[in-house]
Amino acid sequence: MPETFTEIESAKTGALTPAAYEHPWPVRFCHWLNAISLFVMVGSGLQIFRAFPSFGAKIPQKDLVNWPKSLALGGWLGGALQWHLTFMWIYIGTGFFYLAYEIVTRNYRQVLLLPRDLRGVWPMARHYFFFGPKPPLTEAYNPLQKLAYTSAIVLGGLSVLTGFAIWKPVQFAWLAWLMGGFHLARVWHFAVMWAILFFLFGHLVMVVLHGWNNFVSMLTGWKKDPDYAPH
Amino acid sequence: MEPRITDRKFSKVSRRELLKLSPVVVLGAFAIPKLQDKLLATGLRFSDWASAAMFRRGHLAPTFADARLTPFDRFPINDYDVDDPGIDLDKWTLTVGGAVQKPGAYTLAKVQALPRFRQNTRHVCVEGWDVIGRFGGARLSDFLKLIGADLTARFVTVQCADDYYESLDMPTALHPQTLLCYEMYDQPLTAGHGAPLRLNIPTKIGYKQAKWLTDLKVTHVLDREGYWEDQGYSSFYGL
Repeated sequence: MPETFTEIESAKTGALTPAAYEHPWPVRFCHWLNAISLFVMVGSGLQIFRAFPSFGAKIPQKDLVNWPKSLALGGWLGGALQWHLTFMWIYIGTGFFYLAYEIVTRNYRQVLLLPRDLRGVWPMARHYFFFGPKPPLTEAYNPLQKLAYTSAIVLGGLSVLTGFAIWKPVQFAWLAWLMGGFHLARVWHFAVMWAILFFLFGHLVMVVLHGWNNFVSMLTGWKKDPDYAPH
Repeated sequence: MEPRITDRKFSKVSRRELLKLSPVVVLGAFAIPKLQDKLLATGLRFSDWASAAMFRRGHLAPTFADARLTPFDRFPINDYDVDDPGIDLDKWTLTVGGAVQKPGAYTLAKVQALPRFRQNTRHVCVEGWDVIGRFGGARLSDFLKLIGADLTARFVTVQCADDYYESLDMPTALHPQTLLCYEMYDQPLTAGHGAPLRLNIPTKIGYKQAKWLTDLKVTHVLDREGYWEDQGYSSFYGL
């Protein structure tokens, strides 16, 4: 597996703490870049949605929800579109760079859910949600994590594809067609956003639950005292 | 990494790793009010440039069967000011100017003498709604040939009876589905939909499809882009 391990020796006590290098800097770089662009894309996207908060006809118009302006970015439709059409390039660029890095360095072995991981998903879910026993951990990401991260990557790709289907429904008519037409593509784009927010919610809960060392690993790459360290 | 390091060295390594992320801070420039407008304008320009690059001259917008048309009374009437600028249809002419060999006033009959094309295409509003309408009219490309337009010029601009104005890049102006539209649903345009003449451009967003045309100009330079564009909307907005 991609992680490297070391032991940190305390100068005062001589105590040894294991540490694992989990995230190479391009991964961390993409993570934070993406955190920012995702924030902008969701915020401006919701402001764009406010211009026509419905998925039905224009006449008669039935609003789905009057999304509060305070939870949106851009101030007005034109401003939100500027944010959206600017940061989408950063969002897409980050995604491509990340995927290329994962493939070239074979770092995807740490993240990607493979068929052999499937067996471990349920025991992990049972542990988290139904107080089941904690399955033994052998690598940086457990099978449930791999499922979550792999889904997030797929959702990221879908957010771009559905976005292009509604931004360019003529040039990418085949994309809109795949999604059931322009009108439905807009629904999908919205749904994918909520799926990403659902992932993000779970992600943040886990970050809080797993504490400081885990959080620091996405800043420095190093995780002190990882729960899967070889003993 | 060595199998064992001191905690001091580990701190140093950690700091160095953290510093590698510092370029992310550059995005903070978007939070600075003075820079924000310029950065976003640049982003929008880049997006428009990419849009123009993605535009394919011969590629047609999807067309639809009559059964899929939005009923005429449910085709929204969108404008920025008035629903009817009060055009006198008997006296109306289209004033043509700019880089053309035959400038002057063109009657509706002149436009209607050109081959008529009818198409069921999707009309997409920047707000997010869409309808499928039936449009009829002359190809703008035919009209540009009629007036002897310099087809190497970069833009076609229009002025409207309600002070609205728009600009169109030449590749889109020459697209076979770009119409000088005088019919909707096989009937002459109604006042609300831009009588007597409007643009119908299935490869563009709704706000580029100006209604109540009064002036048309062929030009190499734009002094202004369009009513909404000049307030910050995308200038190209091709679909």
